[in-house]
Amino acid sequence: MADGSAIAAGRVPATAGQPRTGTLKRMARRRSTLAFLMALPLLAVIAGLVIYPFFYAIELSMLNKRMTRFVGIDNFTFLLGRETFQLVIFQSVLFAVTAVIAKALIGFVLAHVLHALPAKGQRKWRGMLLVPWVIPPAVSTLAWWWLFDPSYSAFNWMLAVFGAGPVPWLGDAGWARFAVILVNTWYGAPFFMIMYLAALKSVPDQLYEAAAIDGATGIQKLRYVTLPMMRNIISITVLFSLIVTFANFDIVRILTNGGPQDRTHLFGTYAFQVGIQSGDIPLGAAVSLFMFPLLAVFAVLILRGVNQRTKEGL
Amino acid sequence: MSGASFATGGATASATYQKVGSIRAERRRVLIGAYIALAVFVVFFLLPPVYMLITSLKSSAEIADLSGNPWIVTRPTLQNYWELLTEGNYLLHFRNSIIVTACVVAITMVISILAAFSLSRMRFWGSGVLATGVFLTYLVPETLLFIPLFQIIGGIGMYNNLWAMVLIYPTLTVPFCTWIMIGYFSSIPKELDEAALIDGANHFQMLWKIFIPVALPGILAATIFAFTVSWAQFLYPMAFLVSSEQMVLTTGIVSDLIRGDTFVWGKIMAGALMAALPPLLVYAFLMDYYIAGLTAGATKG
Repeated sequence: MADGSAIAAGRVPATAGQPRTGTLKRMARRRSTLAFLMALPLLAVIAGLVIYPFFYAIELSMLNKRMTRFVGIDNFTFLLGRETFQLVIFQSVLFAVTAVIAKALIGFVLAHVLHALPAKGQRKWRGMLLVPWVIPPAVSTLAWWWLFDPSYSAFNWMLAVFGAGPVPWLGDAGWARFAVILVNTWYGAPFFMIMYLAALKSVPDQLYEAAAIDGATGIQKLRYVTLPMMRNIISITVLFSLIVTFANFDIVRILTNGGPQDRTHLFGTYAFQVGIQSGDIPLGAAVSLFMFPLLAVFAVLILRGVNQRTKEGL
Repeated sequence: MSGASFATGGATASATYQKVGSIRAERRRVLIGAYIALAVFVVFFLLPPVYMLITSLKSSAEIADLSGNPWIVTRPTLQNYWELLTEGNYLLHFRNSIIVTACVVAITMVISILAAFSLSRMRFWGSGVLATGVFLTYLVPETLLFIPLFQIIGGIGMYNNLWAMVLIYPTLTVPFCTWIMIGYFSSIPKELDEAALIDGANHFQMLWKIFIPVALPGILAATIFAFTVSWAQFLYPMAFLVSSEQMVLTTGIVSDLIRGDTFVWGKIMAGALMAALPPLLVYAFLMDYYIAGLTAGATKG
C-alpha cells in the first residue's frame, strides 16, 4: 500500500517537470496514475481485509492458546492427531462431494426441463424454482430445522400417515448428515439450474438440427452435442460450488451445530466452535487454514477454465 | 429423482419418433414429462417456505397440539406478526439489516465501478495481475478468514458494533461486483470513448456520461448481488455481534426467540418469512437483470 502510493505520488511531479516530452507520453502517464488512484479503494479492500488477514491467520495459528508464545506447527499437528478433527476432514469432503453431485444433477435435469418448455411459461416456472436460492440460507434453514423437529416434525407426521416410523432427523449421525446434505442441495440446486440453462440457450440450434439429420437419438444428442458444448461451464460451476459447499457454515450451524457428537461438523463450523466459542483463537485459525490448500487448487482450476472460455470467445 | 426418469422418458420418446414420425406427438410427450418433473421439484423447493407460512399463522396452542395435521391451519391468526412488530427487538434488527445492507451496497458500487473502469479501460502497472487477483479474492470464502478478522475487529475496538459489518462485508461483495463490471465495461465499444475524448471529455465525464448509462444492466446486477450477500450474511454477525440491539435479522431471529429450551416457533417462522421478503420481492421484479449479470460474469468475464 505505502510504496504503491509513493510510486503514484512520484509520478505526478515527474510528468509536471518535463512538459515537452511529448503530449502522448504524458497523457499516458497521467492516465495510468489516475487509473491507479481509481483502483486504490479496491486495492485497500483486498490488501487490508483479505491479504493482511490471511498472513495474520498464519501468524495466529502458530501461537499458543493465550497467544503469548510461538509454538510453530504444534496446532496443526495437534489437530491432525485429534479424532474429532479427522472426522471434520472426512465430513467436509463427504458433504461437499455428495451435495455438489446432487446439486449438479438436479440442476442439469431442471435446466433441460425448463429449456423444453415454451418460452411463455418458462419465466414463471423458473421464478418458482429459484425461490430456495433467493431466501437467505440462515433464514430458510430455520424452516428446515422446524420440519426436522424431534417431536413436532411435519415430515414424521407424513411418514406416519404412510405407516412409517418416526425418523430421528437430527438426532442420529447418519440421518443428520443426510439432513444437512439435503438442505444444502435444496439451497444450491437452483444456482446450477440457471447456470446450465444459460449455457443450454447458448448452444446453437443448428448443431441439434445437424445431429437430428444424422439420425441421433436424444441420448446421443446429449452425449455428443450438449455435454461437449457445456463442458467448460459445467466444470466451472462444479468447482465453484465445491469451494462454497466445502466452506459452508450457515446450514450446519443452525441445523445441527455440529452434533450429534461432532458427526456433522465442517471446517467452518468447527473453526467457529473452537476459535470463537471456546476462545482458542490460534487453534480456530489453524482449523480454517486447513481449508486453504484445497481451496487454492480449486481456485486455480476455475481460473484456468474461465481464461480458456474467454480465449475461445464463448 | 423423477427428473431422471423424465430424461430417459424423453429419450425413448425421441426413439419412437423415428418410427411414428410425428413431431407433434413427441413434443407433447416431452412436455408432459417436463411438467411432471417440474411439479415434483416445485413441491420440494417450495415446501419449507410454505410450511413457514403455515406455522406463522398458527397460535402457540395450535402448534403445541400434536393431535392435528401440522400442514393445516384451523384457526389462522396474525398474532405472531403483530407481536413481532410491536414488541421485542425484531423491528430494530430489521432496521439494522437495512442500514448495513444500504451502506454496503453503496460502498461496494462506488469501489467496484471506479476499479472496473480503471481496470477495463486505463491500464497501469500491475493492472492485469490485479484483475486476476480480484477474481481469486471472490473465491475466498468467509469461513477462511473470520478468525483473524475477529481479532482485527477487536483490535480496532469495533467488536459488537454494527458498523464493523459495514467495514467487512465489502470483502464479500466488491470482488464479484468488480468482476461483473469489468465484463460489462469491456463490452462497450472503444469508439465511444474515442468520440468522448475528441469532444474533450475527461475520464470522469466519460465514466459518468457514457459508461454508467450504457452498463446500467450490469450495475443493476451487481447491486442485486451486493444486496443479496449483505442481507443474507450470517457468519460475521454471528461472530462479531453479541448484544441484541446490534444484531441483524439473520442472527437476531434465533437469538431473541429461542430462550433456553422454549422455541416460539410461530414467531420464529413469522420473523423468518418477513426477513425473506425483501430478497423475494427484489428477485420477483429484477430476476432477469440479475441472471443475465450472473451468467455473464461467470461465463465471460
